[in-house]
Amino acid sequence: MELLIRNGFVFDPTNGINGEKMDIAIKNGKIVEKVNEHKAKKLDATGLTVMPGGVDIHTHIAGAEVNTGRLMRPEDHIKDTERKTTLTRSGVGYSIPSTFTTGYRYSRMGYTTIMNPSMPPLEAKHTHEELSDTPMLDKASYPLLGDWWMVLEYLAKGDLTECAKYVAWMIGISKGYAIKIVNPGGLESWGFGRNVHSIDDQVPNFGITPREIMCGLAKVNKMLNLPHTIHLHTNNLGLPGNYATTLDTMRALESVPSDGKPVAHITHLQFSSFAGDGWGNMRSGAEEISSYINAHSHMTFDMGQVIFTDTTTMTADGPFEYTLYELSGHKWVNGDVETETSGGIIPFHYKRNNAVNATQWSIALELALMINDPWKMFLTTDHPNGGPFFAYPKIIAWLISEKARMATLNKCHKKAQKKSLLPSIKRELSLYELAIVTRAGQAKALGLTHKGHLGVGADADVAIYNVNPEDTDIARKYKTVRKAFRNSAYTIKDGKVVVKDGEIVQHVDGRTMWLDVQTSEQIKVDEELKRRFKEYWTVEFENYPVSTHYLKASDPITIKADV
Amino acid sequence: MITLTPAKEFKFPVIAECINTDVFQGKSAKEISELSVWEGNKEKKLADLFKIEETPEETPNITISGNAEKVRHIGSGMKNGEILINGNVGFHLGEKMSGGKITVHGDAAGWTGADMKKGLIEIMGNAGPYLGSPNRGSSTGMRGGKIIVHGNVGSDSAVHMKGGTIKILGDAGPFLGFRMCDGTVHVAKNSGTRVGACMSGGKIVVSGVLEEVLPTFTIDSIKAKVKIEEGDSASGPFYVFLGDLAENGRGKLFISKTNNPQLSPYERFL
Repeated sequence: MELLIRNGFVFDPTNGINGEKMDIAIKNGKIVEKVNEHKAKKLDATGLTVMPGGVDIHTHIAGAEVNTGRLMRPEDHIKDTERKTTLTRSGVGYSIPSTFTTGYRYSRMGYTTIMNPSMPPLEAKHTHEELSDTPMLDKASYPLLGDWWMVLEYLAKGDLTECAKYVAWMIGISKGYAIKIVNPGGLESWGFGRNVHSIDDQVPNFGITPREIMCGLAKVNKMLNLPHTIHLHTNNLGLPGNYATTLDTMRALESVPSDGKPVAHITHLQFSSFAGDGWGNMRSGAEEISSYINAHSHMTFDMGQVIFTDTTTMTADGPFEYTLYELSGHKWVNGDVETETSGGIIPFHYKRNNAVNATQWSIALELALMINDPWKMFLTTDHPNGGPFFAYPKIIAWLISEKARMATLNKCHKKAQKKSLLPSIKRELSLYELAIVTRAGQAKALGLTHKGHLGVGADADVAIYNVNPEDTDIARKYKTVRKAFRNSAYTIKDGKVVVKDGEIVQHVDGRTMWLDVQTSEQIKVDEELKRRFKEYWTVEFENYPVSTHYLKASDPITIKADV
Repeated sequence: MITLTPAKEFKFPVIAECINTDVFQGKSAKEISELSVWEGNKEKKLADLFKIEETPEETPNITISGNAEKVRHIGSGMKNGEILINGNVGFHLGEKMSGGKITVHGDAAGWTGADMKKGLIEIMGNAGPYLGSPNRGSSTGMRGGKIIVHGNVGSDSAVHMKGGTIKILGDAGPFLGFRMCDGTVHVAKNSGTRVGACMSGGKIVVSGVLEEVLPTFTIDSIKAKVKIEEGDSASGPFYVFLGDLAENGRGKLFISKTNNPQLSPYERFL
């Protein structure tokens, strides 16, 4: 199967290609040097923008939490239904779409790889069953390990090697991709109705602090040579004044040896960048955060943009969801996952005429525009926490056009308008930078060498958009760009054209990537471990691991660890 | 005026949001016959399911004559005009309506006037459950307008109600006014139990029998009569209860004293 994409304007930041008119050759699902011009199927991309398939580093699309959200929000689905067609299955949106609809909608926007960032290992089987039912995309999941008792115990003892072995084992049996840490220490404390409020607070019963958990796991991550860094949701998330905690966190992680590469990824940074000391005078901490980030390069970030809509918040950060419940009084689900994590879900409506919500909207854009290096800051909404993922084209418009964001800002709450830093920011992202924040940078941060670029050997995941960079002033014609990114002209997955003019034309399943981390010595599955399992978990040890038959298309990545 | 007559006995639900005065306005009978509706999982034209006739009268703008009990979402979101239905009608009649008038000479199914904002719905027969209530899970609810039901209504009516008036001339099912915030409901006859559960405001008047009042309500006084709306009041005497205290509510229940001797022990708390 050969395919030749002709004459498009190619944006491939990983290989330094900035809008050059060129051909892309594809053979057997990979990008190749060239194909037989007579035999290959040709796709005319004249006047169109060609980018690698989109990569999303953080989007809650599968698992127990997402599904509980679906159960508790029938009113969310009724307003957004999709009928079946001869090719696609029926489904519902809105903020928590059904699995198939999730796949179709991402694919229509030109996305081909997504990361499900929050998987309690105990719920891994459920998560993988849903991921297998999410078509059109390659996907992976991050197990929540920051408050897992084994990790806490070994880190408290200072035994990094043993901790690393357990983490490697857990990533393997849960079929995970990276170490996810949510409100380190806070989730364990929430089991006792408490929380941690700084990175040096003690976690009850374990004699350990969030600082030790984060730095410990960052070192473990390094010892295991994992492709992604630790994926971190900071302490005090979503509370006024938390930018100070975020700065503390970033400074603490400076101590982790980095040899030039990032050591951590702070996710949905917007929610961690509030200044002020109460909701009344809450303001943006973007200036302080971005000036620190511009001076350091040991971390990557994503936005967590807020969209003004009715959405559903869901996070393993149980105490934070309780705060939201106290603020909104809305229906609330609280969860506790045995030795691993907590969780919470609450519907939330972000409103323009709410000063706090509008400030949040502004913070994410301020951060994205004030952090100079696009390779550090990626586009996400923390779907569905900030808003549903199919609002990405709106964010794209705000990023590439001052006019677009000022139009929205002018409709926001007066107090938020006055406090917003946006009027002083003139920066407008180019299509090249846009390709970094939506695919190349995300793939690089994830360590996915075969994704997010169009170099020879890469997976043939390509997105083609109906934007002509030669005769379109994207900042002025942001509506054209927004429309183009909403419905790609073509999406190509593994060399197959799966979307044409925003319609699904071919169904593909996509693979589930997971890490097979090989340590020199495996953890000993002895009677002692089984005894602890019996004491700590409700599940028998034998039933705990996810076997590969849970994965429709398993794509293991073998990693050689240093331990 | 457009008259729609069902062309057959419908077996499957018909989703017909297009049967709406705002949609029909300015369209010829031919254009109207081309409008899209769903019958089960098949998309059809309005003319496939209904006989469409145009007559010169001005009002009502749309008349449906015949059994439309499988036809859903009639008058959904309508802003003005008048719909007359001679026969039964299906779910979600006048949902999200913000003006105009719908009259049904027959029974209406559930969610009639769901999330209604303004306008008038009058049902000469009975109405199903969730009268004026939002879709499951939603907390929107009726915000204004008026619904009059001459017969009985099902359970869970006036849920999350935030304004407007509902008059039920027959009986009401249980959970009337669950999580109600504002507005007025009058049941001329009897009501099922758990009236006003979790209510935080508003007024529910039961002129007939109510077996028991939830224990989270407290008796306040006895009143001779209560205003339902401008120019209409119900005469009692009524026991006035306040609640739902479990939700720090300030809602009021007016329960007929004459018809509910079983509530007389409350009088000693007055």
